[in-house]
Amino acid sequence: MNSESIGFILLSSILINNFVLSVFLGICPFIGVSKKLETASRMGLAVTFVMLVSSTCAYLTHVALAAIGAPYLELISFIVIIASTVQLVEMFVKKFSPALFKALGIFLPLITTNCAILGQVLFQTSRNYSFIQSITFAFGAGIGFTLAIVIMAGIREELELTGVPGIVKGTAIVLMVAGVLSLSFMGFAGLGG
Amino acid sequence: MDTLLTGLWKENPVFVQVLGMCPTLAVTNSVINSLVMGLATTFVLILSSAIISALKNIIPKQVRIATYILIIATFVTVADYLIQAVSLEVYKALGAFIALIVVNCIILGRAEGFASKHGVWKSMLDAAGMGFGFTFALLCLGVVREVIGNGTFLGYPVFGQGYEPWVVMILPGGAFFVLGAWLILFNWMRERRKREAAAQSDKSRELVAA
Repeated sequence: MNSESIGFILLSSILINNFVLSVFLGICPFIGVSKKLETASRMGLAVTFVMLVSSTCAYLTHVALAAIGAPYLELISFIVIIASTVQLVEMFVKKFSPALFKALGIFLPLITTNCAILGQVLFQTSRNYSFIQSITFAFGAGIGFTLAIVIMAGIREELELTGVPGIVKGTAIVLMVAGVLSLSFMGFAGLGG
Repeated sequence: MDTLLTGLWKENPVFVQVLGMCPTLAVTNSVINSLVMGLATTFVLILSSAIISALKNIIPKQVRIATYILIIATFVTVADYLIQAVSLEVYKALGAFIALIVVNCIILGRAEGFASKHGVWKSMLDAAGMGFGFTFALLCLGVVREVIGNGTFLGYPVFGQGYEPWVVMILPGGAFFVLGAWLILFNWMRERRKREAAAQSDKSRELVAA
């Protein structure tokens, strides 16, 4: 399969190069918000949405900055774009679902510092993706993030019911589980050649 | 001095506060990458803390987070071009993760939690402590992963010819395992210290614990 084709980008960003488990982006919410299945899946959707919007804006900015020859402003403008998108999502969620707003708590504004989003924007720029490719990549990355965090939340809900030894409790066991998950995602590496 | 040591050990950003996990896991597959990443983060942390604490009375409360991020992003851009100029090889190995220092929660956390409340000198000390604590944690992971996963230290072979590297340690999964193992070790040390304190009043309990 052509590594530039839409289908491959989608597949690769969801499974082969899963943002959380292979590229290590977005680990903080992955560990912080994965206690409950419901919150985790909504967090995943919020991240996917922010990614789509910021990817679109970042593509346009990249073109504009390249036109005026100021690539050193890229990083700063990307951060501003992401911060304003997150602000928008925050206002939206607060208005339409106060319960979800409460459940996500501090992690909603923290999407701004979610490296998955900035990482996705930086990758699409450095790989010189076209507009359609960028959007596909953003969508795949968001779905991949959601997939990882939902699997993790499911496992952690089960872990609550089992007797985990005292010293391993908390972050340590989550990291161990993440390690196993990451190894199993390695199995997708052969997919698509 | 106390401010400096707090970040290095007692409130180590990675092992105790569990912040800044993404670069911790992603770039620690070799010692040199861990070192450069740690130093670059320390550089950004110290300078942005200094600027933020110097400007803390001018920055309006409502837009402070955005202002902090802009200041941090400026220094990250500087660090990014600096590393590219000094060593292209390391720059390529670290890739997007240098730019991603912007979203390292440690830096924003220290800006919000410390630099915005204290003087310039003290903020810089605190930033240096946190930065070195972060570098220390990265090295902890980097050394284990390179020595076991590749059989080398800074590129020089450590074990004899017959050593079969554990490839899993270099792979993403290994990063999670090594960090998990370090956390378990530190938890165990903390538990033991607590138990020893309790056992000092009761000798017989210490025997059971041992």
